[in-house]
Amino acid sequence: MPKITFVPYRQEEIVVEAEIGATVMETAVRNGVPGIEAECGGACACATCHVWVDPAWYEKVGAPQPMEEDMLDFAWDVRATSRLSCQMKVTEALDGLVVEIPERQA
Amino acid sequence: MSEAITTDVVIIGAGPVGLFAVFELGLLDLKCHVVDILDRPGGQCTELYPEKPIYDIPGHPVVGAQELIDKLMEQIRPFGPTFHFAQQVEQLERLAEGGFRLVTDAGTEFFAKVVVIAAGGGSFQPKRPPVPGIEAFEATSVFYSVRKMESFAGHDVVIVGGGDSALDWTLNLQPVARRLTLVHRRDDFRGAPHSVEQMRRLVGEGAIDLVIGQVTELAGTDGTLASLTVKKSDGSTVAVAATRMLPFFGLTMKLGPIAGWGLHLHENLIPVDTEKFETSEPGIFAIGDINTYPGKLKLILSGFHEGALMAQAAKRLVDPGKRIVFQYTTSSTALQKKLGVH
Ligand SMILES: Cc1cc2nc3c(=O)[nH]c(=O)nc-3n(C[C@H](O)[C@H](O)[C@H](O)COP(=O)(O)OP(=O)(O)OC[C@H]3O[C@@H](n4cnc5c(N)ncnc54)[C@H](O)[C@@H]3O)c2cc1C
Ligand code: FES
Repeated sequence: MPKITFVPYRQEEIVVEAEIGATVMETAVRNGVPGIEAECGGACACATCHVWVDPAWYEKVGAPQPMEEDMLDFAWDVRATSRLSCQMKVTEALDGLVVEIPERQA
Repeated sequence: MSEAITTDVVIIGAGPVGLFAVFELGLLDLKCHVVDILDRPGGQCTELYPEKPIYDIPGHPVVGAQELIDKLMEQIRPFGPTFHFAQQVEQLERLAEGGFRLVTDAGTEFFAKVVVIAAGGGSFQPKRPPVPGIEAFEATSVFYSVRKMESFAGHDVVIVGGGDSALDWTLNLQPVARRLTLVHRRDDFRGAPHSVEQMRRLVGEGAIDLVIGQVTELAGTDGTLASLTVKKSDGSTVAVAATRMLPFFGLTMKLGPIAGWGLHLHENLIPVDTEKFETSEPGIFAIGDINTYPGKLKLILSGFHEGALMAQAAKRLVDPGKRIVFQYTTSSTALQKKLGVH
């Protein structure tokens, strides 16, 4: 199973095994990663699952779709590698992915 | 205050569950008034995910969220519910002589025999943007809606957002503001194309300023805003003069006045029984996302079921003594007459 590293704000990083096909948000919630609220349950309707993808990984992960880009308008401290974690699916290619979690969600 | 409205039932919340309750209550001849703080029906379906498909409505392999609301509106039309939109129910009190009195923030007053709370996650309210310290400026310099345009006259107005509200108010307030600045995260707007065009023309004419970036800091004293800091995508920052700020960051749900009505609450939800879906106060029912009971699922499907059982109990309260005959819409000519199909 691919491994994903979550770096919560000012806390130890958490490495978890992710199920292929699940979203990065679901992976975080299942493993009790702090800082991912996911109020809307993954429907791209709340922007409370915002993460900063490690720049080294951004190209592999890819840019957001227009709907996600719109939703990012509601997030806090959006950066060049910002994504909504509920819109990122885990694949074998993402083994080793590192994402950082902002201090606050929208 | 206009004249008070007397009715069988007031339903608080026009989400899918409140709407379907009109149907179940209507079959039992109960007349409903429905109040919602939003300016249209649909609750979460319309406000949060109108374009998304729903796959677990029985009999509909797939139905769009807004489409479901449109169909519910059509389904309840025969019962002629009266809607009171853009109003929040603020007061709910039991009357000594029986029944309830409700008052909205717009001053509408109801006398109802039964109250149905179908308030979902609470009232939809504008979202507070995650800018540190913004609370200190709220209601003095930071506003989430425009009540009176004049109160923005002569001010350095900063509007934050990229949707229709942000664009509409940019266009409307530009003539009255001392200077108007629109701040948005990216140079791409979600609003209607003609508003975007108009906004860009004003920017071109130098009538307004457009700053692309995110607000990170507010500065001012004693609740009076003076300026704010915008961080651009290259990491540089600019200070923008601001004595009025209007952030448009979408809507979120807050329990609101319901907390003050003397009902038992459990983690912002209203506990009910599963026979009548009645709250701790007899005559006040709670259905849909707002209620809780062992095994509760926050599904539209569950809310529909709750509405059907609640209606039976409500009928007994409104018409005590009257026997309720169980009937199918398929075969009962009486029900079909009510639906206008017979
Ligand atoms: C992104 C997303 C996807 C979903 N997908 C599904 C799905 O596939 N299947 C499914 O079954 N469910 C789904 N749901 C859940 C479903 O939308 C809710 O269960 C449903 O909307 C609940 O309906 P409701 O009528 O109880 O409340 P709501 O839809 O929340 O409506 C409540 C209304 O009450 C109003 N209100 C509250 N208090 C007051 C007051 N004091 N005065 C005036 N108005 C007030 C609110 O403004 C609101 O409009 C989804 C939810 C989301 C967010
Ligand atoms: S969980 Fe709501 S947008 Fe991702």
